[in-house]
Amino acid sequence: MPFPVIEVTNLSKHYKVPIREAGLKAATRSLFKRQYNTVKAVESISFKIDPGEVVGFLGPNGAGKTTTLKMLSGLLFPTSGTPNVLGFQPSRRQAEFLGQITLVMGNRSQMSWDLPALDSFELQRSIYGIPRPEFEKTRDEYIELLEVKELVRKPIRNISLGERMKMEIIVALLHRPKVLFLDEPTIGLDVTMQRRIRQFVEEYNRRTGATVLLTSHYMADVEALCKRVIVIHNGKLLFDGDLSALLDRFSAFKTIGVTLANGFGSFSHYGEVLNQDAGHFTLRIPREKTPDVTARILAEQKVDDLTVEDPPIEDIIEKVFSQKSVEAG
Amino acid sequence: MRRYMDFYLTSMKIAILEQFQYRAQNYFYMVGVIIEPTIYLVVWSTIANQQGGSVGGYTAGGLAAYYIVWTLVRQMNIVFTPYGWEDRIQHGRLSMELMRPMHPIHSDVSYFAGWKFVMIILWIPIAAILALIFKPTLNPTWLQVLVFFIAIWGAYLVRTMLYAVLGLITLWTTRVSALFELIFALEMILSGRFVPMTLMPIWVQRIAYYLPFQWTFFFPINALVGQSSPVVLFTGLGMQLSWILIGIVGVRIIWHFGVRRFSSVGN
Repeated sequence: MPFPVIEVTNLSKHYKVPIREAGLKAATRSLFKRQYNTVKAVESISFKIDPGEVVGFLGPNGAGKTTTLKMLSGLLFPTSGTPNVLGFQPSRRQAEFLGQITLVMGNRSQMSWDLPALDSFELQRSIYGIPRPEFEKTRDEYIELLEVKELVRKPIRNISLGERMKMEIIVALLHRPKVLFLDEPTIGLDVTMQRRIRQFVEEYNRRTGATVLLTSHYMADVEALCKRVIVIHNGKLLFDGDLSALLDRFSAFKTIGVTLANGFGSFSHYGEVLNQDAGHFTLRIPREKTPDVTARILAEQKVDDLTVEDPPIEDIIEKVFSQKSVEAG
Repeated sequence: MRRYMDFYLTSMKIAILEQFQYRAQNYFYMVGVIIEPTIYLVVWSTIANQQGGSVGGYTAGGLAAYYIVWTLVRQMNIVFTPYGWEDRIQHGRLSMELMRPMHPIHSDVSYFAGWKFVMIILWIPIAAILALIFKPTLNPTWLQVLVFFIAIWGAYLVRTMLYAVLGLITLWTTRVSALFELIFALEMILSGRFVPMTLMPIWVQRIAYYLPFQWTFFFPINALVGQSSPVVLFTGLGMQLSWILIGIVGVRIIWHFGVRRFSSVGN
C-alpha cells in the first residue's frame, strides 16, 4: 500500500467578511459598529490521494474547490485541519516543498507579456535551479509534445489564448513537479486546444507518475483524465470515488437510441420519448428497467441500430448539485 | 547562493530586455523626472547668485552638480512601490509569486536592478545636456567616486526594504495609500530631494540623521559632490547597511505574520 501523496484531514477554511446594508446611513453606522459574517468556504473535508492518481475535483462556483487547492499548495493558511502534501505541511511554504509542486490557474499568468516564452522558460530555470542540460532536455521535450516550436520565439502578447495556455503549462512543469494542482487549465479554450492540453497532462502523468488534482467545469477534461472524482459543494465533501460509481449513484435514467429499419414505429409505451426524427427515436428509461426495455425493443421492432448511453456527465453533476442544494435548503 | 546569483543575473537580463522594448516610454518618464530637479536648480541658482554667488556653502556650480547627480540618484531610487505591493496583494497577483521557492522580494530587487542599467544608459545624454547648460563644479576624489558607486546601490536597497515594509501592511488593511502619501511627503523633506539637507535647519538635520530617508538621497549625492571626510563617507555607508538590515528584519517579521492573512483574492 503506497503512502498517500496528499492527505487531508478535517480541513476547513473560514473567512470573516464585513457586511452592511446599502446606503449612507448603514455605511456611517458600520464605521462605529462593524458586523461580520463567517463564510465557511471549506468545512471539515478529508481525503487521501495516492501517488500517480489523477483526481477530478468537482463542484459549482463557490463550492470551495479553488480554496482547497490553494491550501494544498501553501497559498492559504487553513483555519483548521492538517493537510499533508509529499510529507510537507503546505502552509509552511518550505522551498523544498514548493520545488516539487506546481499550481496552474487558467486565469493567471507566469509569463512575461512582452518577451518570447523562451525568456520566461529561462527565468523559470533560474528560479528552480534546474541544471541546464536537464532544463534544455525537458523544455525541448515539452515544446515537441505541444507542437509549439515556432510559437516560443514570439512575444506572449502576440499569441492566442490557447497558445498562451500551452506556454503556461510548459513553464509550470519545467521543474518536473511531483504534484500538479490544475485549476481550470482549459478555461476559455476551444475544444481542439482543450484536447491538446488534456493529452499533454495525461502524457506527463504517464511519463513521470506525477499526482494530479484537477478542477474543471469542462466535463470532457474530467472524463478523459480522471478515474476518480471528489465532489464538493458549499465547502462540504459530497462524494469521493470512481467516476463510474458517481454515474451509477446519481444517474437514475439511461438513454436508448433506436434507428428502425423501416423508419416507422411507436415507442411511447416503452418509456419517455425525448426525440423522434426520421426513423430515429431517443428514449429515457429508468436505469433498472433498461435491460428489460432493450430486450423488448429488439424483440418487437425491426431495429437497424440501437445504443444505450448514460446521460451526459454534465447533466449528472448538475443533478448532484441541485439535489444537494435542495437538501441543504 | 549560486542559485540566487543565477536568478538575479537572469532576472536582470529579462528586465533589460523588457525595458528596452519600452525605451521611448522610459525616455519620456525620465524627461518627466528631470523637470523636478531642473526647477529646484534654477530657483536655488538664482538665490545663490542674488546672495553673492553661494547659498549655504553651495555655489551655483555646486548646486548644478548636486541636482545633476540628483537625477541619477533619483533613477537609482526607483523601486517596487508600496502601491505595487497593494495592487498585487489586493488583486491576488501575489499568488503566482508565492508558488516560487524563493521570496518575492528577490524578484523585485533583481528586476528593478536590471531596469537601472537601461535607465542609466538613457540618463547619460540627458546628464550631458544638463552639464552643458548649467556647468556643474565637480571634483571628486577616487574614494568619493567609489563610495558614491556603493552608496547608490545601498540607497536602492534601503528604499526597496522601506517600501516593502510599507507595502506589506496591505496584508492587514485593504488600502494604505494615505499612509504611503504621508511617508512620501516626509521623504520629500527629510531626504534631500527637495533641498540639500545642509540647507535645512539644524534640528531637522538631526531628526533626519536617525531616519532612513536621507541615506537614500542626500548621502549618495553629497558623497560625490560634497567635501565629506572619509569618516563621514564610511559612516554613511554604515548607516545604509544598518537600514538595509533593519529593513530585512522588518520584511521578515511582517511577512511571517502577514502572509497568513493573504486571502489570494481574484482567482
